Amino acid sequence: MTTVLLETRRLVKAFGANRAVDAVDFTVQAGELLALIGSNGAGKTTLVNLISGLLQADAGTIVFEGRDVTRQSIHERIEAGIARSFQLVNLFDQLTVADNVALTIFARQGKTPHLWTVAARDTVVADEAAQVLRQFGLASKAGMPAAGLSQGERKLLDVAVAYALKPKLLFLDEPTSGVSTREKAPIMDVVTSVVRQEHITAVVIEHDMDIVFRYSDRIVAMHQGAILAQGSPDEIRRNEQVTTTLIGSPPPA
Amino acid sequence: MTPAIRPRLLSRLEVGGGLLVAVALLAVPLVAAPFQTITVCYGLVFAIAALGFNLLLGYTGLLSFGHSAYFGVGAYVTAELVKYLGWTSMEAYVVAGIVASALVAALFGIVCVRYTRIFFGILTLALSQVLWSLALKLFWVTGGSDGLRVPTPTLLFGTLAPTKDKMDFLAYHYYYYVLVLFAAAVAVMWLIVHSPFGKALQAIRDNETRAEFVGVQVRKYRWIAFVVSGAFTGLAGTLWVPLNGLTTPDILYWQFSGRIVFFVVLGGFRTFWGPIVGALAYNYLETYAVGFTVYWQLVLGLVLVLLVLTLPQGLAGAVEALSRRLRGAPAVA
Amino acid sequence: MDTLLSQILNSLFYASILFLIACGLSLVYGVMRIVNMAHGNLYAFGAYVAAWTVGLVAGRLPDVNPVVLFVLLLAGALAAGAAGAVLEPTLLRPLYKRAEEYQLLMTFGLLLVLEDVMRLLWGPHPLTASVVSDALPSVSLLGLTYPGYNLFVIVIGGVAALALWAFVYRTRFGVMLRATSQDMRMASALGINVKRVYVQAFTIGCLMAGLGGAVVMPISGAVLGMGVDALVLAFVVVVIGGLGSLEGALVGALIVGFVRTLGIMYFAEVELAVLYLIAAIVLFVRPAGLFARA
Repeated sequence: MTTVLLETRRLVKAFGANRAVDAVDFTVQAGELLALIGSNGAGKTTLVNLISGLLQADAGTIVFEGRDVTRQSIHERIEAGIARSFQLVNLFDQLTVADNVALTIFARQGKTPHLWTVAARDTVVADEAAQVLRQFGLASKAGMPAAGLSQGERKLLDVAVAYALKPKLLFLDEPTSGVSTREKAPIMDVVTSVVRQEHITAVVIEHDMDIVFRYSDRIVAMHQGAILAQGSPDEIRRNEQVTTTLIGSPPPA
Repeated sequence: MTPAIRPRLLSRLEVGGGLLVAVALLAVPLVAAPFQTITVCYGLVFAIAALGFNLLLGYTGLLSFGHSAYFGVGAYVTAELVKYLGWTSMEAYVVAGIVASALVAALFGIVCVRYTRIFFGILTLALSQVLWSLALKLFWVTGGSDGLRVPTPTLLFGTLAPTKDKMDFLAYHYYYYVLVLFAAAVAVMWLIVHSPFGKALQAIRDNETRAEFVGVQVRKYRWIAFVVSGAFTGLAGTLWVPLNGLTTPDILYWQFSGRIVFFVVLGGFRTFWGPIVGALAYNYLETYAVGFTVYWQLVLGLVLVLLVLTLPQGLAGAVEALSRRLRGAPAVA
Repeated sequence: MDTLLSQILNSLFYASILFLIACGLSLVYGVMRIVNMAHGNLYAFGAYVAAWTVGLVAGRLPDVNPVVLFVLLLAGALAAGAAGAVLEPTLLRPLYKRAEEYQLLMTFGLLLVLEDVMRLLWGPHPLTASVVSDALPSVSLLGLTYPGYNLFVIVIGGVAALALWAFVYRTRFGVMLRATSQDMRMASALGINVKRVYVQAFTIGCLMAGLGGAVVMPISGAVLGMGVDALVLAFVVVVIGGLGSLEGALVGALIVGFVRTLGIMYFAEVELAVLYLIAAIVLFVRPAGLFARA
């Protein structure tokens, strides 16, 4: 039995004459770890930007848990349970690693407007932040400014910050981009284990096909703003259309 | 279970330095001449304004060129209370000054916080200039360029009336009055910047998009910061009037906003204490340098240029870096 | 009828001066993404140098041909341009990689310095050289007698707008300038010497401001504080027109020129407040201005 968590209907976003997302029907089932693949410019990130609220759709609808969220603000979508990480690491560099996570927890609890409490004394939040950092293997770096982390650690923290929102649906935009091949698997190990443990539905944008086949339950392949194919890793591996367009010979940029 | 560590909220340097400064400030009226004490008193007032201003620049990443507006509202509200209602109680002035400046900031803030960077700067500047030109032109209300006189008020709900020697009263009773409010302002601001709200502001400063995506309502928080900042600066304006005895449109002019900017950059806007150091240092320098050279702006400008080129962290930042180096700790980028 | 025409001409006169100041501010922002807070002081500097030069020559040679005096006004523009050519590489270049706050603070420091340098050089009293404006007779226009020099300034403003437009859109340097303003790194990769483009853009911006100061000087004199007023008004102009847009600076200058005239007629008391309010409203409604590029 699967239930639909998120669904887009005929979703459109154009930049000038370029239709980056062209009438896409995209579905995410509750509980799955879905990989979104496609060459550069296929529209993956635009799709995630639309769903997370960074961009406003030109046409079409986005339905999350049966509610239309197409015109909702970023904040409302987060409250509904949609969170995301970023392809280019997007952290608060001057805050400590722990504060990066704590901030999310404050915001989630709606506590942020409290002007009169000292953040550092809030042990409940501090404990939860420490717990999150342990899950992501970052506990030893809690007191460091985020700017001082290695690239791999920054990628992990970026995911951890989004995860701390306790979302129902988590978008991870290339969680292993910009790190060496050797570091990719450990990062994905950590991320997928946390996501599965906490029963969070996740959508991962990823270029590395080894990673995609190894970690995902289902794959959606995009090409030129539209969905080219979707299915289990085995089905996608056998899909000639996908292998020639995306894997065999990547089209020139 | 991990043991609950109560994090140290203030560094040893801050506790030691704070105590030292507190003792020094308490002793000023006892050891210094009235003129000197009043100079320090001006410095404390400006420090409150600088604290408010830095909530925006240092913690939220918004550079306002229009904070004269809130300082001026604090001052003019006091003067109008004297003119129209004949009130003499300082407590009434303080409450009215904070409320009025917060209201003006709330109104201006709705417009300003929609934008950042230079657009924010221009908007704040333009709106403050509106108030300045109104203060200049609506002379039947504001006294025009002559301004409005404000006699020395009674303190502590009318129980402490000004003595015959106004200078002595200001240099003793009023000084301690300002010192208490200054301490309260520092404590409140310290709480604010260390609260979850303060952390959210810093998050907005560092990375607006990401802040939005961890659930911070960026515009709303900016607006709250704007109002709080305006209220602090308004309080400073209210406290300033009795010292000066007179309020004129000069304090609404953009150059006065520039002065607030200068305090904060001089002290260092990336630190909590910097603006206070800057305001006190500036006020001291000005009092003496103006007598020494008529080209005070030239000195100010050169110092500002040099600060930006060589000491971007300001005085407080430089002291911090120095103490870190002396302790042999690695510098933080 | 006479008053209407004279109000229109007054507006155009004012718009010409505003355009000369604002186009430089906008050009520098368009190319370098810096709002130069000291821009108004370069306008004032142009006025002072022009007044001083004209006064010197007219004092020594009382019979000098007035044409020479008009040419001497250019000294103000050249001096402001030269100042720009020195200031950009020494004080601004080190800051391009730093946060925007520092750039604003630096130019704000420059503003304070320049204000006092002018006081140091020329004293606290206004300088003027009305000998220049007196050299042109009044002109009869549709029954209206109007000062010839004011018409001359209107013409200068129009010519400057045309020349700048041709320069930016019709010359090779203009192409490099626009390329740099669109994508500095890309331009640099294509072999454009970005440093040189920056100096040149900044110099031209200051030159135009200096020219504005030089031509307004015979009418209103060179006065302390004129730079600051000009800065704030030029801000209003570029805010209305859109930072970085030359067309916007022209339209903004015309709007502010006419609104100021109307303001003086109907709200003489609060004319400045009206101007600032318009700027705030424009920003509120269209933050990037009416003619902003994407």
